Amino acid sequence: MTKNEPEAIVGGKITNLSLRRWLHSLPGVDKVGLESRAAGLGTRSIKTTSKTWALDAAIKMMDLTTLEGMDTPERVRSLCLKALTPDPTDPDCPRPAAICVYGDMVSVAKQILGKSGIYVAAVATAFPSGRASVAVKLQDTKDAVKAGADEIDMVIDRGAFLSGNYLEVYKQIQAVKNACTRADGSKAHLKVILETGELQTYDNIRRASYLAMLAGGDFIKTSTGKVTVNATIPINLLMLQAVRDWYDQTGVLIGVKPAGGIRTAKDAIKYLVVVKEVAGERWLSPDLFRFGASSLLNDVLMQRQKLKTGNYSGPDYVTVD
Amino acid sequence: MRLDVKKTYKLFIGGKFPRSESGHTYELTNPKGEFVANVVLASRKDARDAVVAARAAQSGWVGATAYNRGQVLYRIAEMLEGRREQFVAEIRELTGATEIQANKEVDAAIDSWVWHAGWSDKVDSVAGSMNPVAGPFFNISTNQPTGVVAAFAPQKSSLVGLVNTIAPIIVTGNSVVVVASESLPLSAITLTEVLATSDLPGGVVNVLTGKEKDLAPWLASHQDVNAVDIEGTSDPVDLEIRAAETLKRVIRPGAFSRSGSLGSLQHILAFMEVKTVWHPKGH
Repeated sequence: MTKNEPEAIVGGKITNLSLRRWLHSLPGVDKVGLESRAAGLGTRSIKTTSKTWALDAAIKMMDLTTLEGMDTPERVRSLCLKALTPDPTDPDCPRPAAICVYGDMVSVAKQILGKSGIYVAAVATAFPSGRASVAVKLQDTKDAVKAGADEIDMVIDRGAFLSGNYLEVYKQIQAVKNACTRADGSKAHLKVILETGELQTYDNIRRASYLAMLAGGDFIKTSTGKVTVNATIPINLLMLQAVRDWYDQTGVLIGVKPAGGIRTAKDAIKYLVVVKEVAGERWLSPDLFRFGASSLLNDVLMQRQKLKTGNYSGPDYVTVD
Repeated sequence: MRLDVKKTYKLFIGGKFPRSESGHTYELTNPKGEFVANVVLASRKDARDAVVAARAAQSGWVGATAYNRGQVLYRIAEMLEGRREQFVAEIRELTGATEIQANKEVDAAIDSWVWHAGWSDKVDSVAGSMNPVAGPFFNISTNQPTGVVAAFAPQKSSLVGLVNTIAPIIVTGNSVVVVASESLPLSAITLTEVLATSDLPGGVVNVLTGKEKDLAPWLASHQDVNAVDIEGTSDPVDLEIRAAETLKRVIRPGAFSRSGSLGSLQHILAFMEVKTVWHPKGH
């Protein structure tokens, strides 16, 4: 048994009891300290060359998202075209890391993006509520992978988590991870959505982060964007602490993806400051940090135009999606 | 004896009263050189925020019925009347005007709001047209507000110049970012308190105080501003060149009189675009 096996980390056979013992032995979160640190990092002023870098980095780390019931193939196509050419006036403008859509839109997105290097991420497992039988969730995942999804964003079963049934949550993540396997044996990247807005406490968020990492998630993601409280900076900070400590303990690199409610370039830069200060520069890469966002891109593009031309830009100068 | 309350005023952006992003203020003095109040020195970022607020408010404001906009302007006149004493005292403090002169200025400002309020539902009846065309079509030209306007109130007028700057812009459905006179800003600040309590949707009027020179170049070159009224600026040529980059409408200093209680229809139309619609007649 190597030190990275779940049994070694939890300290015994994986049962609901051992998981509970392990998760509840994690140090409690200092709410006041966490929020004041997040607020302190948020006040930092990022200017000139650092700002230029940060704006480009924010685009490169973006999962450009459309997750609406009213999505149509045309809407997804136009979003993909926007990802290919975010700013038609500037050929040097970087591209987002991925497009994030519902499973049935994967093939549409794949058709446009092809081998452009922009990944297609699909939400699966009865997103956003996660309320479906395991068989349905797995089939949902398999369909998306089969259609060509490079990344799967799954939701955890919050009901099971909150009622203390950690083993169920753990098993479901593992099962979805297996369902991410493609015909050729390679695997789609798995992002685990904790839906922090429904987890009630910071302690629960820390526990859910560890549980998702233990079960084999490649990324931990804050939210679906479908509840009232989505990504916040303190939650981002807390999850970055978790991946940093996980790396120290196991040597495994896990990514973080805040999603929902990040609309302005200013907000995005605050998140990047937290990434650098909490997890370190290594995480300032699309492989380990992503923004889940839809309207953020336009604001970042307007800020880029401002830096380039010296004039404040406006919504007339970016594409409307 | 009681101590004076030394006032530090704030900006008016999006219907709220924020402090400056920069935290800078300047000391306002009366003609005798005595301290009056601390006034915000707005930065270009405050101007940017004000444009965002103005843009957000504009679609709702133009979507309101013309009748409704007129009522809101009329309500502003009523509220202004209710604060007459404060306006009179502040005009006298900063300009040394007599009570009669100051009252006359407030009268003119109130009357100007009422005059403009009446135009809201009449502009198109007077300036729009039904055009004769050679074909089976109705051809109708209507006037539409241009959008977001950045305006610089006259430097030498306390209240009436400011009202005659704002009213012709907003009456038709534009929103405005207005920069108050640097040496006479008190009436503008008190007017924000009137605007905040008179059913005007937040963001339709945004008032900045500070140096015109700090703000004018940024607003003139801002790509999301549709027109600039550069009445109270000192370097109009530079601003016109900047505004030309994005084909903004420019209202030059002295283009319209702003001292009386009657405005002009041309002033209102200066912030409007003509939209012509062709509609088939049938046969």
